Amino acid sequence: MTADVTTERVDDGPADHAARVMPQLDTVSHAAVSPDDEQPYAELGLRADEYARIREILGRRPTTAELAMYSVMWSEHCSYKSSKVHLRRFADLPESDALLVGMGENAGVVDVGEGWAVTFKVESHNHPSYVEPYQGAATGVGGIVRDILTMGARPVAVMDSLRFGRADAPDTARVLPGVVAGVGGYGNCLGLPNIGGELLFDDCYAGNPLVNALCVGVLRHEDLQLAKAEGTGNKVVLFGARTGGDGIGGVSVLASETFDAEGPAKRPAVQVGDPFTEKLLIEACLEIFAAGLVTGIQDLGGAGISCATSELAAAGSGGMAIDLDAVPLRDSTLTPAEILMSESQERMCAIVEPGKVADFLAVCRKWDVLATVIGEVTDGDRLTIDWHGERIVDVPPRTVALEGPRYERPMARPADLDALQADAPPSSSADLRADWLAVVSSPDGADKTWVTEQYDRYVRGNTVLAQPEDAGVVRIDESSNLGIALSLDGNARYARLDPYTGAQLNLAEAYRNVAVSGARPLAVTNCLNFGSPEEPEVMWQFAEAVRGLADGCRELGLPVTGGNVSLYNQTGDVAINPTPVIGVLGVHADVRRRVPTGWRADGETVLLLGETRPEFGGSAWAAVVHAHLGGLPPRLDLAAERALGELLVGLAADGGVSSAHDLADGGLAQALTESSLRYGVGARLTVDGDPTAALFGESVARVVVTTSDPAAVRAAAEAAGVPVTELGTTGGDALVLDGLLELPLAELREAWTATLPALFGSPEVAVGTVPAGTVPTS
Amino acid sequence: MRIGVITFPGSLDDVDAARAVRLAGGEPVALWHADDDLSGVDAVVLPGGFSYGDYLRAGAIAARAPLMRSVVDRAHAGLPVLGICNGFQVLCEAGLLPGALTRNSHLHFRNRDQGLAVERADTAWTTSFTQGQQIVVPVKNGEGRYVAADADLDRLEGEGRVVVRYVGGNPNGSSRDIAGVTSADGRVVGLMPHPEHAVEDLTGPSEDGLGFFTSVLTAVVAA
Repeated sequence: MTADVTTERVDDGPADHAARVMPQLDTVSHAAVSPDDEQPYAELGLRADEYARIREILGRRPTTAELAMYSVMWSEHCSYKSSKVHLRRFADLPESDALLVGMGENAGVVDVGEGWAVTFKVESHNHPSYVEPYQGAATGVGGIVRDILTMGARPVAVMDSLRFGRADAPDTARVLPGVVAGVGGYGNCLGLPNIGGELLFDDCYAGNPLVNALCVGVLRHEDLQLAKAEGTGNKVVLFGARTGGDGIGGVSVLASETFDAEGPAKRPAVQVGDPFTEKLLIEACLEIFAAGLVTGIQDLGGAGISCATSELAAAGSGGMAIDLDAVPLRDSTLTPAEILMSESQERMCAIVEPGKVADFLAVCRKWDVLATVIGEVTDGDRLTIDWHGERIVDVPPRTVALEGPRYERPMARPADLDALQADAPPSSSADLRADWLAVVSSPDGADKTWVTEQYDRYVRGNTVLAQPEDAGVVRIDESSNLGIALSLDGNARYARLDPYTGAQLNLAEAYRNVAVSGARPLAVTNCLNFGSPEEPEVMWQFAEAVRGLADGCRELGLPVTGGNVSLYNQTGDVAINPTPVIGVLGVHADVRRRVPTGWRADGETVLLLGETRPEFGGSAWAAVVHAHLGGLPPRLDLAAERALGELLVGLAADGGVSSAHDLADGGLAQALTESSLRYGVGARLTVDGDPTAALFGESVARVVVTTSDPAAVRAAAEAAGVPVTELGTTGGDALVLDGLLELPLAELREAWTATLPALFGSPEVAVGTVPAGTVPTS
Repeated sequence: MRIGVITFPGSLDDVDAARAVRLAGGEPVALWHADDDLSGVDAVVLPGGFSYGDYLRAGAIAARAPLMRSVVDRAHAGLPVLGICNGFQVLCEAGLLPGALTRNSHLHFRNRDQGLAVERADTAWTTSFTQGQQIVVPVKNGEGRYVAADADLDRLEGEGRVVVRYVGGNPNGSSRDIAGVTSADGRVVGLMPHPEHAVEDLTGPSEDGLGFFTSVLTAVVAA
């Protein structure tokens, strides 16, 4: 941390201790007359040309405080300086009637009908979670929840998409339990059900685990809040937790640099979460919104007060005056620059009319939330910040918040990509039964109860479907049964083989998962996790993934409502596989018509919808059985996805299917395992054609459904142009594939459930065991 | 029939408890921890959550809330009180129920659908069940391990004050699989599992939890 004050000895007399060292503030007027003072811009992550541009904007050198603000706001994390030129593709998508608020606000807002709107977004907290797993993950949840709250919505659910290094690597045993406990510890204490997510392992994440958290919130159309400061004389109110020394420079140091094994410890830059305070903040905010007490609101996340004040001012009329002395501190020794950069959690900033300040403060008092007027909206277009009566910041806020640098970074197709794509995977299984067990017991394929039972999925009483279902489903209106479905998917093997197609395949999978539950897909969000943008090959992967996602959304007719970019997921010169995690939101007109993935009844017909081809590139089977990654990912067919999706939504509305499960990683073998073990119902099935392709191929646009009326499903599928294959009938206590293999459910369950407890410790040791789906029913 | 549901700072399942009361046919009344007055309710539910963030000890701070003085006074006079999860912790901290809830033996928060055996079908909150009935309701806690001195456990068992016991596995290491206990007069019940999350087939693993809320409506009429 750079010193914010220069000290000069004014008196050597030992008696006058207090006067011996008198700090001299780096004020605006001092900066104007000391142009040649050296400033630590490089240590703060700024390039020489960026620093020169700041000097040009201000017409002088920045003060220490100004330099701190620019450095955090112009960091990759806050400014999207490497990604912005590519993200324009999302804004260029055709306008959607469903979109009430698009990209650029804290989160996009979608109209879901009946006067309800939904806002949802995913955000990464990758780097902090590696440094300090519990707090990194916990504050990742806290941050995205505040983004949703800021839109005027009540947060109603969270999801988490997680990636770690090899499951048996020692560092995974350090990071994973802490991350899971952090996601759970924060979300559980906030009272938000966790309705789903992903947990995947790959060596490429060993030094760069991914922790992507999604939050979804619900609001009435008229309750929408925006983050802007308008109305001269309106007060700027900071409320929530006190400001401390945690998280200083988190965005510029942690999230915008590559980890370096030689580098200094980065632990102090991780924030510490207090979910109890956030819960109070949520309830206080919703009461404040309901009473109409704010004209604008912004949460404090990365870059803290620097970000909130400059963004509010930049989005409004531009003028704002802040008295930094008014900010309540946890640590009175913090310098002004540290206060401006601190990422202390659980803080919000509101713009309040003077006549409403007393009511605003009263609501905060009721909820034991500290609230302080720290400034006001002013005429003009300058953001000024004073400290001890001296002006230490005087900047045009747009230059801080909106007009950061933008780079068209060099791009290059990875040199190894041709060879990788030419390296076709094996295509024939030597032992179908052994391979089946290997795939479903692999850490990626195995039962995730070890993780999900650490999350509250019931709180608020509106969770209709949660993990291990294909999509999470939440009721949003108890009188009409209107609800929403959400899925997060991010296959990085596909994206490594072909980032353009891989991003679309992830979109297709999330779309399919939402449709499987019976919901109509409506909007898309994303969290794009990549390596260093300064590597041309990474930048090419990023650009291709964005182009793919935009093209896919255009074809499916879905808007991108917002998203998050996480770069520098790289240790040394080794980047993670490109990991575009895609979230799709769907709407259920009546959640009572939701379709679960598990089989409950004997004697139902099992049908496969969609077409199977021998496609093994990037497949779980190739990875698990052959440690192979190569070839091309499955062929994308968005027209088929759309036809299948519409068919599934129609079947759900008519009650035509009793279960539906998407085929993805691990193919049919994985899907049949999960559907049968859910409630302990087996099946006798026959598959045609090449058995390896049938069981382990990962052709997309496929779903397994069960029904008591196969003729009706077949007719609907034929009308929709979706191929149908009858596989057999549910029943019995084994999965029997005629002529190929037989798997007793008990053996299959043992294989599927034992993996994660064996790796990460079994809480069952001390107490009895209730495997999923075997709870006694009354 | 007016059933109060207390909201402490950090209460989470208050909306769920109010819904359960409504679905059972009662009228939920929102009560605020800082008030003194129980608003004339006929029974009180202390909901689940993390009151005061579980700081100090789970339930310890909430047990000293102004409204809890009224709850304790009225409970001694027979007011039916149900404490669920954090509410159970509050009742133990407030001295209305014996024993304490400590960190789960495996040190993880755990949420699962849990089998329970109803051992007392004659408390104010359990008359809708039959003696020995097995039910399924969610359990979700990090500090749900019921403990008491052996002599106290023997006394509780002897007096028949174990209301519900875990079956099909003990989720948190509770002594003698105890999931919930009652006061000597059977009017105050505390349990770690969440009956309010099992009141609709759409959202819960069963509708078994509704019985706790229908029971109290009968108990209030009978009183």
